[in-house]
Amino acid sequence: MTMTETAKADPRANGAKPLVELKDIRIAFGGVQAVDGVSLDLYPGEVVGLLGHNGAGKSTLIKILSGAYKADSGEIRIEGQKATINSPRDARRYNIETIYQTLALADNLDAASNLFLGREITTRAGFVDDAKQEAETRRIMARLNPNFRKLSEPVSALSGGQRQSVAIARAVYFNAKILIMDEPTAALGVHETAMVADLIKELKAQGLGIFLISHDTREMMDLCDRVSVMKNGQLIGTERVEDVTEDDILSMIIMGKNPKRDAA
Amino acid sequence: MSDTDTVPNAAPPGQRPADKAPARSFLSQLELDLRLLGMVGAFIAVCVVFNLLTDGRFLTPRNIFNLSIQTVSVAIMATGMVFIIVTRHIDLSVGALLATASAVMAMMQTRWLPDMMGLPLGHAALPWLSILAGLITGAVIGAFQGWLVGYLTIPAFIVTLGGLLIWRNVGWYITSGQTIGPLDETFQAFGGINGTLGAQWSWIFGLVAAAAAVLALISARRNKIGHGFPVKPVWAEAVVMAIIVGAILGFVAILNAYEIPSRVLARDFAARGAEMPEGFTASYGIPYSVLLLIAVAVVMTVIARKTRLGRYIFATGGNPDAAELSGINTRLLTVKVFSIMGILVAISAVVASARLTNHSNDIGTLDELRVIAAAVIGGTALSGGIGTIYGAILGALIMQSLQSGMAMVGVDAPLQNIVVGTVLVAAVLIDIIYRRRVGGK
Repeated sequence: MTMTETAKADPRANGAKPLVELKDIRIAFGGVQAVDGVSLDLYPGEVVGLLGHNGAGKSTLIKILSGAYKADSGEIRIEGQKATINSPRDARRYNIETIYQTLALADNLDAASNLFLGREITTRAGFVDDAKQEAETRRIMARLNPNFRKLSEPVSALSGGQRQSVAIARAVYFNAKILIMDEPTAALGVHETAMVADLIKELKAQGLGIFLISHDTREMMDLCDRVSVMKNGQLIGTERVEDVTEDDILSMIIMGKNPKRDAA
Repeated sequence: MSDTDTVPNAAPPGQRPADKAPARSFLSQLELDLRLLGMVGAFIAVCVVFNLLTDGRFLTPRNIFNLSIQTVSVAIMATGMVFIIVTRHIDLSVGALLATASAVMAMMQTRWLPDMMGLPLGHAALPWLSILAGLITGAVIGAFQGWLVGYLTIPAFIVTLGGLLIWRNVGWYITSGQTIGPLDETFQAFGGINGTLGAQWSWIFGLVAAAAAVLALISARRNKIGHGFPVKPVWAEAVVMAIIVGAILGFVAILNAYEIPSRVLARDFAARGAEMPEGFTASYGIPYSVLLLIAVAVVMTVIARKTRLGRYIFATGGNPDAAELSGINTRLLTVKVFSIMGILVAISAVVASARLTNHSNDIGTLDELRVIAAAVIGGTALSGGIGTIYGAILGALIMQSLQSGMAMVGVDAPLQNIVVGTVLVAAVLIDIIYRRRVGGK
């Protein structure tokens, strides 16, 4: 059953290797099994959505891939190779970039300092090259958010959308191959949400693999190729969006059951 | 609040181009830091008031010279405290650590090196080996405390509160509670009045410093133009340069105006077996200790603004989680910050013990509070992420001016402390109100 179904539904049958493979990932916090044996994969040029209630384990799972947490057990493979990710620095080395729900910006620093935080451009003498960083920030912001002007002010002075642009710019500037977006549109208005959606499509066309977390099922159906639903730390199922309805997804989220599979 | 206040602001800026020029005021065109102006204003006010109260005795070259050398020790440590507080920590152990570093240096030059290494008292290497030992002591103890805070996650308040008791008494054991002195003469030159540049070299230093400041401003402007960034008008740049050059040369002129008393000169000539010529005068000029403070200020400012380390210190203070997620090793950063503090404490220990010409057990007592107060008065936010090196030095200067001004006026010692304490609390209140107005955090 599963065999035939995946064969038919597989968008990756053209011999592409998965970009990311998470195998049987487990992590517990003080007796609570936050992620319980979850396996997921992600292909180049693909958007995989992660859905589930608050506390379902989506963010925790994704933080294991981004290096913020270390899994108790399980395996991460990047482009087929076993990967050791113990810190955010390790994740960056595998070209994994993350846009966190909290944005993870240092509010007291300006946009350029945040964009290059941890990866500063330095002069030959080893000092931070602020002018170059600001010029690069202008360049990328002109593309991402043409209205962005407050370059020399601390990001605490920026609007929600502008702060989001800084976080996104930081993730896409450094040639990411794998992008993790945790609720990228939660704090945004309609217009800015549309801009993020366009950006996701553009990055996907460039061949990036994207993990997207959101509560907005409709948005997920639009943007994702596949969606994975989690509940109580476990993976309920992964489906191609054209094979399921929004109602199917909702019942997976709420009931923790895969109606399609149960029917079959 | 009222209609008349809000209406002009509500109009779109594009609709009133005629108003645009006056809207950018003289001060805003200079692009000076408002906070800096406020502190300089407060400092000038303190000086003027005390000068009036003392019938002009406060702003004499002699008193300004004394103020400078009294400020150095606390100011050097305050620059390090900025980094500590910016990363949301605190260091209560600096006064005690100063005593330990001072004890190590005093014992090195008077006992250990002469007795164990066989270097005779007065040997040229003594002061330098002692200072090196003191710096290593400060760096290692600082790093150790930073490790306890960063890696073992003991709150800095507790680690350094323990340190406050421990290091003062480690210093006591090193010297068996004795006062150690007199210290080496070369070593004493870092104390202030026993080591100064003299008039000629002070002028040379002042001119070089002024030229360096002007060149730095010009190169910063070139760099901005090179990247197509907006720059302030040339006249504004010139005004800023004139203020800086004026301040540097004015300071040199004042210190050079303080002449060495003729009996001291006569004694020096007598010591060299010469006769003092009639009408011979000489000036103290800039003390070496003040040069040391300037060097520390420049290095610390460069670290804060131009290095990755500085960027990480401020990022970690602003948002520790974000710093961690950006791949910054915040634990190691804590070790580095406390180690820098330890090195600066050791430098201050050189200045403080050299100024006293000996090491005594109570050296640096209550310095932790003066240093924290200087940093906080200088605009360092205890919530982290915000602070400047020049602010901390100005803070130290304001506090020292208050204290010695009150002493000159004849205010009772208890009342002096009451005033200083009040000023500390008031300064933080003003800072909070200022930040709320500006909209920062």
